[in-house]
Amino acid sequence: MSDVAGPGSRIIAVTSGKGGVGKTFASTNLAAALARMGQRVLVLDADLGLANIDVVLNLYPKLTLHDVFTGQCALADAVLPAPGGFSVLLAGSGMVEYSRLTPHVRDQLQAVVAEMAPRFDVVLLDTGAGISDVVLYTVSLSHEVVVVATPEPTSLTDAYATIKVLATTQGRRSVYLLVNQTAKATDARNVRNQLQAVVDRYVNPGLEAPVRLELLGGVPADTAVREAIQTRQLMMLRSPGAPAATALTEAAARLLG
Amino acid sequence: MRLLQQSGHVLSEEAPRDAAWLQQLIDALVDISSKDPLTGLANRRSFEVALAREIDRVARNGEPALLLSLDIDHFKRINDTYGHTAGDEVIKGVARILQDSVRPMDLVARVGGEEFSIILPNCPPSFGETVAERVRRRVEQTALPIGPLDNLHCTVSVGGAFAPQWVRSTPLLWIERADQQLYRAKSHGRNLVRLEPAAVSVVSSEERRMLFDHFQFQEHE
Repeated sequence: MSDVAGPGSRIIAVTSGKGGVGKTFASTNLAAALARMGQRVLVLDADLGLANIDVVLNLYPKLTLHDVFTGQCALADAVLPAPGGFSVLLAGSGMVEYSRLTPHVRDQLQAVVAEMAPRFDVVLLDTGAGISDVVLYTVSLSHEVVVVATPEPTSLTDAYATIKVLATTQGRRSVYLLVNQTAKATDARNVRNQLQAVVDRYVNPGLEAPVRLELLGGVPADTAVREAIQTRQLMMLRSPGAPAATALTEAAARLLG
Repeated sequence: MRLLQQSGHVLSEEAPRDAAWLQQLIDALVDISSKDPLTGLANRRSFEVALAREIDRVARNGEPALLLSLDIDHFKRINDTYGHTAGDEVIKGVARILQDSVRPMDLVARVGGEEFSIILPNCPPSFGETVAERVRRRVEQTALPIGPLDNLHCTVSVGGAFAPQWVRSTPLLWIERADQQLYRAKSHGRNLVRLEPAAVSVVSSEERRMLFDHFQFQEHE
């Protein structure tokens, strides 16, 4: 999909359609799980309009993507170590002006991803919510895409719309699905099968090759998640034995194949 | 004042210079600053304002919109052969055809010398194809008067791109995408329509129903 990466590095976009389904929670904790498996991981906050990884990780960055975009610092200086053993590139609060995709933003994003990819095993692009030009462009820079959804109607609809757009505009044929806030062990599989059934019925007939949804896993609704978010800590660090942490570790392992 | 009168605005110079008169003056000034004097179409300035507004509307209510970029084929040749006055008549004639080929809600603008743009709000992909093709055909079939006795036929190339539902874009990128299609139409031989395939981001009620089957099932468990 993307030709900016060097050999070996995997660029994975994490997106959701709907906001508030745990996209940033998923990318940061997946990053921690991958780091624990020995991967060099970078999380890039590509939610340019409403960046919030700094809030999630309780970081107070001096340098951000904003400084990189405006030429005020070198890219390497804006890469920060995050708790959890991975690196982050934060968007910074001055990025609202970049929340629309202009040729400048497009070139900058592309250059940042291209420069970072060879230095890491995995680059996670945490996109904004919604299906905007910036989100679609960010996803287009990635090799693989993870769609985060919860088992509720609005999230499912938005996840479905996202998958549809990615299939028709970017030729995506394989999409990872991570189901967050599941109530039962069977929820994630059910959601995946339901989405796949609708894709088979309404999207795949128009495509040369069918889109397949690969289930990365289901993350159970877990008090450990809420506690981690409220204390602005990574769940993988705060409650490594929690069911949600186990689920994310399994998802990370599945991602590594 | 004379400038306003020339462009067809009736503003009495004797009238009391009260608030109503002032409002009239402002309206007239806004009008001439937003219109192309030759054709009476929207000019580039008001086109860009309308395009930004349309992007907001698409992002908010999810109705797809189509942007068409049009260019008169071999216009330089028309100018060189028949003179600039004839060229102006051709531009006016094409402007009339464009305006007559679209719905009242659509905005036709002259954005450059022989370049036009049309914004079609609430335009499903199949309708877009139809309109773009209708515009192209009507221009091709209409004899444009360029003098008391002279007519001539010209053609247009048409490129178009949809603002997909729910997707927030920028005017610059949308224009760029429509222009890319116009370039394709030109390089494939002119007098052609080329539209970017519409991204299907709308979720129909049938799709919704099928998605939610699962949840109804759960409730009955």
